[in-house]
Amino acid sequence: MFRERFSYDPLVLPFLLGLIFIVTYLALGAIRMIKNLPAEDKIRLGKSFFSKQILLSIREIFNECLLHLRIFKKNPVLGYMHMSIALGWFMMIVLAHVEVKLYAPSRFNLPYYPIFFRYFVRETQETLDGAVFFFLMDFFLLMVLSGVGIAMYKRFNSKATGLRRTTRLKWNDRIALYALWSIFPLRLLAESFTSGISGGSFLTRGFGMVFETFVSNDLHVRPTWWAYSLALGTFFFTLPFSRFMHIPTEMLLILFRNAGIKHRTTGTGIAQTEIYSCSRCGICIDACQMVSAARLENKATVYFIRELREGGRHNAWDMASACLMCRRCVEACPVKIESTLIRSALRQDWKMLRREPLSFLPVNHTGPARVIYFAGCMSHLTPGIEQSMVRIFEKTGTDFTFMDREGGICCGRPMMLAGETRAARELIDRNKKIILHSGADTLVTSCPICYRVFAEEYQLPLKVQHHSQFILQMMEQGKISPEFREGTRVVYHDPCELGRNSGIYEEPRKVIAAMARIEPVAEEREMGLCCGGHVGSISLTHHQRRRIAVQACNILLAPSPDAIVTACPLCKKTLMDATAEVPVVDIAQMVDNPELLRKHPNPVLQ
Amino acid sequence: MAVQFGYSINKSNTIDMDTAPRAMESYLLLHEPSFARCIGCGCCTATCSSGVFTQLNLRQIQLRIRRGETQGLLPEIQKCMLCGKCQMVCPRGVSTRNVVLSIQRALQLLS
Repeated sequence: MFRERFSYDPLVLPFLLGLIFIVTYLALGAIRMIKNLPAEDKIRLGKSFFSKQILLSIREIFNECLLHLRIFKKNPVLGYMHMSIALGWFMMIVLAHVEVKLYAPSRFNLPYYPIFFRYFVRETQETLDGAVFFFLMDFFLLMVLSGVGIAMYKRFNSKATGLRRTTRLKWNDRIALYALWSIFPLRLLAESFTSGISGGSFLTRGFGMVFETFVSNDLHVRPTWWAYSLALGTFFFTLPFSRFMHIPTEMLLILFRNAGIKHRTTGTGIAQTEIYSCSRCGICIDACQMVSAARLENKATVYFIRELREGGRHNAWDMASACLMCRRCVEACPVKIESTLIRSALRQDWKMLRREPLSFLPVNHTGPARVIYFAGCMSHLTPGIEQSMVRIFEKTGTDFTFMDREGGICCGRPMMLAGETRAARELIDRNKKIILHSGADTLVTSCPICYRVFAEEYQLPLKVQHHSQFILQMMEQGKISPEFREGTRVVYHDPCELGRNSGIYEEPRKVIAAMARIEPVAEEREMGLCCGGHVGSISLTHHQRRRIAVQACNILLAPSPDAIVTACPLCKKTLMDATAEVPVVDIAQMVDNPELLRKHPNPVLQ
Repeated sequence: MAVQFGYSINKSNTIDMDTAPRAMESYLLLHEPSFARCIGCGCCTATCSSGVFTQLNLRQIQLRIRRGETQGLLPEIQKCMLCGKCQMVCPRGVSTRNVVLSIQRALQLLS
């Protein structure tokens, strides 16, 4: 009676229990994550549901969670692998429900019925005439199976899918992974056995006919459907404790992000959502120069985020303190997890001692002038840059004042990167007073690290320019016109803070292009290399940094240029120390003295 | 009678290395092993951005830690702005920024 009324069979139990478990878990998880948002962000999220942002979110969820377009752009094979499994499985579920709605509408409300439709249809001896559904179901099953095939192959040979390294998985991920892999071959097997009675298409029918040749009775039908149900159940029960949590969480993350929710200093809210959205695909491992050059594989972002989710915070802190904060991993990440912000938040969590106010730092006013120039601490180490800038200011007749000629207060970013936000604020306030007092309308700086903090944190009512932007402006106004040097070939090294992190790629290139031919480099612009000198890292050793610098030099020197041109005093100093082959020149020096581009005769190499 | 060179980084005093507190030094050697490579050349102090405005002297701090004279270190070390110049000039490759941060952490743990 019960069996007939509900089309119940014990074999649906593993699936059904798993489904109930996962739906409850995800609902509670989503509520908890939304609850953890600050009040302001909750309002923002609420508002976004009633604006056109929600449409954008839906489109993005479709593009990223089903089609995986970003991974496609990185690597087509990897993209296809993700797309085939996600889209194929999704379409199978949708089609199964459509099928039930059409052929057994009374059963539509049973959550398990569409999944086991083929099995039940066989039992009730109903016949189906939807040949097109058989074809479509087989088509999408084949699609998923091809994706699973690639996934299995990738585990053994990651290079085939363009990954030099793939993530080392823990046991919880392995169980979920093997459960996921087994779902689809088992589905094929189960459907093939039932295809003779309940129907099938090119795939299941074909397999069914092959099986019929050597197994004649249908005693094996139930065990295969049981196995299918168990695989589904296992996957659902292990999902919350594995990497596959990224599937549901990424949707929530997209909603949060499109609602305009930003990272805050505490690292809760969106950061927590990001941690769960990490699919542990391992694309960031190859992007990380700490891994490729300094051989610190366990410091890669994927392991850092896993440590935050599963391990102790102490280990995670160790990992966070090594990172150079170059953001190459964020650029590579298909989910766009802002891992450097999570690292920053963690560094802040490490409670420092009560700090005395930095009252001993003087506020030395300067000016008045139209342009205020801040060389930055690192430019004082490479004084050629600031001397060149002073000459350029004089040559162009700019009314300028040199804010830190006799040494100045640090911009505050190194302090910030070390997690000392409050002390950084104090430095910022002091510098801000000096800048505003000068009455300037433009702040020019030679250091991209300073540039970024001036632009993002100072909230200055004046124009902030990196010197490459200022020089380009002067060239466009015809105040300086450097000569093009025929036959000189240079490469440009994108400083992380100027390029990837501030989006300034074109200005320096335009300046250089007026003077010499720029050779393309294997990794540039968004994937520009880190020189290894960045103050973002706290615990990286000198030797590890040097390995990164040497790696960057090797890639930059591949087109055998006459000089490496960069736009950052820190990059200049670090790269200079790592190569003796060619001169490393800052853009300001190059404009001031083009002779520096000449390849210096190296007695050792000749 | 001691020879007067006319300069010194510490006042003359006597330290009993058997009883001097070495906890800070051990902490640093454990958490920033490059501290052991310091030869006290003073490049860090010569280039120091804070040194322009204050008496911050990393070379002296290093010496004091080695001798166990860690009292009154906190206000000194907190003059550092962490700009990282000292690390760039260090001929021995000492991670000076982490030394400064580790000293602060050690002071927190040892207090």
